[in-house]
Amino acid sequence: MSKSENQMVRILKSGDKEILNDWLNELKSSASADGRISASELQSHAKEFLKLLGESGIEKSGEISSAGAAPLRTFLETLSRSRAVQGFTSEQTATFIFSLKRPIFNRLRRDFSKDAARLAEETMLASDLIDRLGLYTVVAFQKSREEIISRQEADMLELSTPVVKLWQGVLALPLIGTLDSARTQVVMESLLQKIVETGSDIAIIDITGVPTVDTLVAQHLLKTVTAIRLMGAECIITGVRPQIAQTVVHLGIDLQGVTTKATLADGLSLALKRLGFVVSKPKA
Amino acid sequence: MELRTEQDIVRARQAVRLAAQELRLGLVDQTKIVTAASELARNTVIHGGGGMMELEVVTEGLKTGLRLCFADEGPGIADLGLAMTDGWTSGTGLGLGLTGAKRLSNEFELDSAPGRGTRVTVTRWK
Amino acid sequence: MMDRIPILQVGEFLLVTIQGDMHDQLALSLQDDLTSRIEKLGSRGVLLDISALDMVDSFIARMIANISGMARILGAETVVVGMQPAVAITLVELGLTLPGVKMALNAERGMAMLRTAQAQEDDLQNVDQE
Repeated sequence: MSKSENQMVRILKSGDKEILNDWLNELKSSASADGRISASELQSHAKEFLKLLGESGIEKSGEISSAGAAPLRTFLETLSRSRAVQGFTSEQTATFIFSLKRPIFNRLRRDFSKDAARLAEETMLASDLIDRLGLYTVVAFQKSREEIISRQEADMLELSTPVVKLWQGVLALPLIGTLDSARTQVVMESLLQKIVETGSDIAIIDITGVPTVDTLVAQHLLKTVTAIRLMGAECIITGVRPQIAQTVVHLGIDLQGVTTKATLADGLSLALKRLGFVVSKPKA
Repeated sequence: MELRTEQDIVRARQAVRLAAQELRLGLVDQTKIVTAASELARNTVIHGGGGMMELEVVTEGLKTGLRLCFADEGPGIADLGLAMTDGWTSGTGLGLGLTGAKRLSNEFELDSAPGRGTRVTVTRWK
Repeated sequence: MMDRIPILQVGEFLLVTIQGDMHDQLALSLQDDLTSRIEKLGSRGVLLDISALDMVDSFIARMIANISGMARILGAETVVVGMQPAVAITLVELGLTLPGVKMALNAERGMAMLRTAQAQEDDLQNVDQE
């Protein structure tokens, strides 16, 4: 037994079944016992966790970032992610880890019953380590939740920025709401993709629903226009309100020959003209 | 991976593309880092007199990304500030490669001096 | 690995389809081959199909610009077709916007553009001669 070895890890390395059973009893009676996870699933999670913890080689320092503890960390990340997806709270997920304390402390008390000082020290170390693992789980959980939320946002984004085919060869993209860097990128990509898919010559980006246009937004729009040109299509920006026109001039933004129109209707009219269409009404 | 010939530039691109795909980077992100790799690999071969590319998957906290490091024992760059100016060339477009790679990456590090060779590291996060 | 990029003659035009990974030497050979071909055949247009290119860096961008410029001097228009969206976005990010190079969405439109350009050229020449 090396001097720096963490006692808790040492106990678990020996593959003690007692700790597992005690812990499962704890879990059954605690809040993390939930109809959503079956008893056998819980058991396999607990067993795997103890096994990986025993094999992790974590030392007295309680440092969990070592290479040897990588499988353990990956397990916790996966566990958190699955709990997040299933709709558990971070509290429930962390309790899974924290409830390991009592069984461990009981065992330590037995092992070091004759050495009060040592017992206190080992209990402290075990508690610290479990705390760290619990926190790691919580952080991983938060991250998973954030990923889920941003994925939902992206889905909503897809829905809220539909690319519409106005005419054969003419696509329109009505933008609504604020444009940030991430959003503009997603929008740009999907518009370009649609242009290729539909073989459209002209894309009209309508910004009537965009409240403010600052330098950054203007740059993003310009990039989109340029990218569309590189692909061999054309882009018209419509819905440019007087305020926006003023802002653009004030900010000294050079629109570099980008065609703009005040309304989407004007944009469509121009697009049709460019494509050689003539709109006429039959004589009554 | 060794970068000595033109063929190596292509091999470097392919290796980066593969790694980016395995990391499940979005298509645009993949293209960006492959293009950056192409620029830097070319710099290494043509201006650096040959060198190496290192490719690794990196994690910081819970985010993952691809890190590329291009190193050569070439002449090095005398004026780093000037080198990073848009459009600066040392004859055949070294400058554009550097600024281009920087624009296409989330992180960019340049370490170079005359006689000390050049080391460029770029990272693209997922 | 290809030795040379094939150049197809389609009427008065030349069609070049660039496949996958092109190394620098190949790009340079292409420039040479194309210019000599244009001269030899008196081609009026070049259709450069890059739909298979999943990456265009500054070297390739320069090649495209060179081809376009040299062809024009030799009396041929160049149209680049099929740029992939991811490539377009990356080029814009790089600030390489290939000014003066004509682009079209696909080969069909590219050919139409070349024919129109050729017809316009012919018209102008006819006017000159009158």
